[in-house]
Amino acid sequence: MKIITGKVVVLGYQGVGKTSTIIRYIENTFPQQTTPTIGASFFNCKIDIDDNIKVTLQIWDTAGQERFKAMTPMFYRNANAALLVFDITSTNSFDSMKGWVQELKRNVEEPMVLFVVGNKIDLPEQREVSRTEAMQYSKSIGASYYECSAMTDQGVGVIFEKLALELVKLSGEAVNHTLKVYNDSELMAKSTELPPTDTANEEIVNLSLNDSIAYGNPVPAGCCFN
Amino acid sequence: MSDNIEIDPGAARESGLVTTDSFDNLERMSSSLDEIKSTNAISQSEESNDNANIEQLDESTNYVKDSTEENEIEVSREWTSKSKHIFVLSQAGKPIYSRYGNEDKLAWLFGVMQTLVSFVQSSDDTIKSIHAGDTHFVFLIKKPLILVAVHKTQESEQQIVTQLNYVFNQITSILTLTRLKKIYEQRQNYDLRRLLTGVERLIDHLLDFSEKDPSFFLGAVQCLPLTSSVRDSISSAIIAACNKIKNLVFAILLANNKLITLVRMKKYCLHPADLHLIFNLVQASESLKNSESWTPLCLPKFDASGFLYGHVSYLAEDCQACLLLLTVDRDVFFTLSEAKQRIVERLRRGNSLEAINEALVSSDANWNGAGFPELRHYIYKSKSTAQFYQPPIGPPYSLRPRRLIDVYKRSHQRLHSSTRPLKLAFERSASEAVLAWDTRGFELYATFEPLTSTAAIIASVGKLLDWVKKREDKLFCLNAPTF
Repeated sequence: MKIITGKVVVLGYQGVGKTSTIIRYIENTFPQQTTPTIGASFFNCKIDIDDNIKVTLQIWDTAGQERFKAMTPMFYRNANAALLVFDITSTNSFDSMKGWVQELKRNVEEPMVLFVVGNKIDLPEQREVSRTEAMQYSKSIGASYYECSAMTDQGVGVIFEKLALELVKLSGEAVNHTLKVYNDSELMAKSTELPPTDTANEEIVNLSLNDSIAYGNPVPAGCCFN
Repeated sequence: MSDNIEIDPGAARESGLVTTDSFDNLERMSSSLDEIKSTNAISQSEESNDNANIEQLDESTNYVKDSTEENEIEVSREWTSKSKHIFVLSQAGKPIYSRYGNEDKLAWLFGVMQTLVSFVQSSDDTIKSIHAGDTHFVFLIKKPLILVAVHKTQESEQQIVTQLNYVFNQITSILTLTRLKKIYEQRQNYDLRRLLTGVERLIDHLLDFSEKDPSFFLGAVQCLPLTSSVRDSISSAIIAACNKIKNLVFAILLANNKLITLVRMKKYCLHPADLHLIFNLVQASESLKNSESWTPLCLPKFDASGFLYGHVSYLAEDCQACLLLLTVDRDVFFTLSEAKQRIVERLRRGNSLEAINEALVSSDANWNGAGFPELRHYIYKSKSTAQFYQPPIGPPYSLRPRRLIDVYKRSHQRLHSSTRPLKLAFERSASEAVLAWDTRGFELYATFEPLTSTAAIIASVGKLLDWVKKREDKLFCLNAPTF
């Protein structure tokens, strides 16, 4: 059995629902009243891919407020994946998310799985960022695009499951990655031993179009910085 | 005081808390951070990061709500009837915070306040307060900010100034004083609200908290009553798990606004005013309950120039006490996270979690059974440890506890009046009789039935002191453990 531990950083403008999305996935609840995250919160989350592979996500949920910007590098440094969250009802949050992508490109050299997540699809009548626009942008940076609603639990689970699969993939291909792979939780496995994850292509996310998912790209899937 | 130390209930030779006069103007700041950092060289890879962002501050101002009708006067009857307004503005008159209403719509009012301040300043003087009938305007100028209270309460100017100082410290605790000053050096008319989004909530909470909790005017902290053996075993569990960790400055365990224990680095004490900000942060932030957090936090009395980093978490699902491990090292989250696990394991093995839960529930124990039929409520503050104890507020104040707090505030103000301080104040009104007594070692505030005779009151006070003395181990943290 292989255990893969991946570090995930969640970035995005204040109030887009970063914490709510994570809590929805981990605890399957939606707090009606949330207070802003202060600094950053840490979550551990285990996902079983199949009987042979288990993925542990170490998630850093960062605060969206501008004053915490200075401390964010310590969370995305060494991260294997980034969830870039915006609020589909706010163009401002979409632009702010793009700012995070720029910052990651400037400062991170290691390959990293990028997921762009548009939250709050339970408010379609207030939508400001179209699905096409977000998808095109995601494609241009080599990221996958997902939409979800942390409030109604629409499309949340699939994000984390896909993320786990991408990390499995990443552990199989990159040479100098910082992903920790344990064989029977003892030794570092040779990453080539990992079985190909065919299952990844079979699942079609109901809320994001097929071509938005970076699996089929000639670029190493989901990794944009090499 | 040395003679009294053994006698006064709750007194101790050493305290983890800085002891102060109640009306400490919070002016004094120390620079403990540099000291710690220089004695224990730490990885300072990104030390400069705190300031790195300042240059970028001005780039994007699009976040700022641009009020088109900024001169619109929004003064409703409800707004004017509030008993205490608090405003914060920059020296240039830019609105930063208003306790009630939208600052943008009150821009005209902030303009008036700034004008008053600068008008007096122009003749080399400082405006302190204006009194118009029963409305009082109190100004506190703390560069680079101006804080103003407009109130109709009975509180003294000193008490209001203390409250304004707390608001200033709350803002400092978010940004550090160094950064706050730098921002305005770079741009005088900067809109600080951009950096304070979400902080209004903390300030709102702080103001309500400071109005209903005696710890603020007392300059002291209340402990969760625990037998001394339980408290000691909790402290030693923390020490055992943390004593190898360098640069850990404070470990604070608290529950329900009461201190369970405070373990500190040798030589350093925590100021009650800083601890109050921590209590406020924990109480006002539901989000801390979800997970472990890594939070930058400036404790203005400890060191206003930089951040400590806090590993903040609740002990367990079944024990809602909050543990804060504060360090000067910004990269040790996982070390502290492991330490926390070890602490919880030890506490669980020693049944301390249950003891904490029991204390949280049974703090409503019927102390009246102790034989003080006419005593309604009291507050005992031990000066040498900066701690106080009060029983839960019962009838006839249960529904309006603020009224009792206001009674105590008035007595406190009598004892500590800057012009004519008193040692003993006794006041009898139609609703209660209140005795306030200030000695070298303690302060006591006791509320009795209005018709209790003076002799009976004096007798009960003597008995009450004996009673507190007997239970001092339980009511106070008498040890000041270090790592």
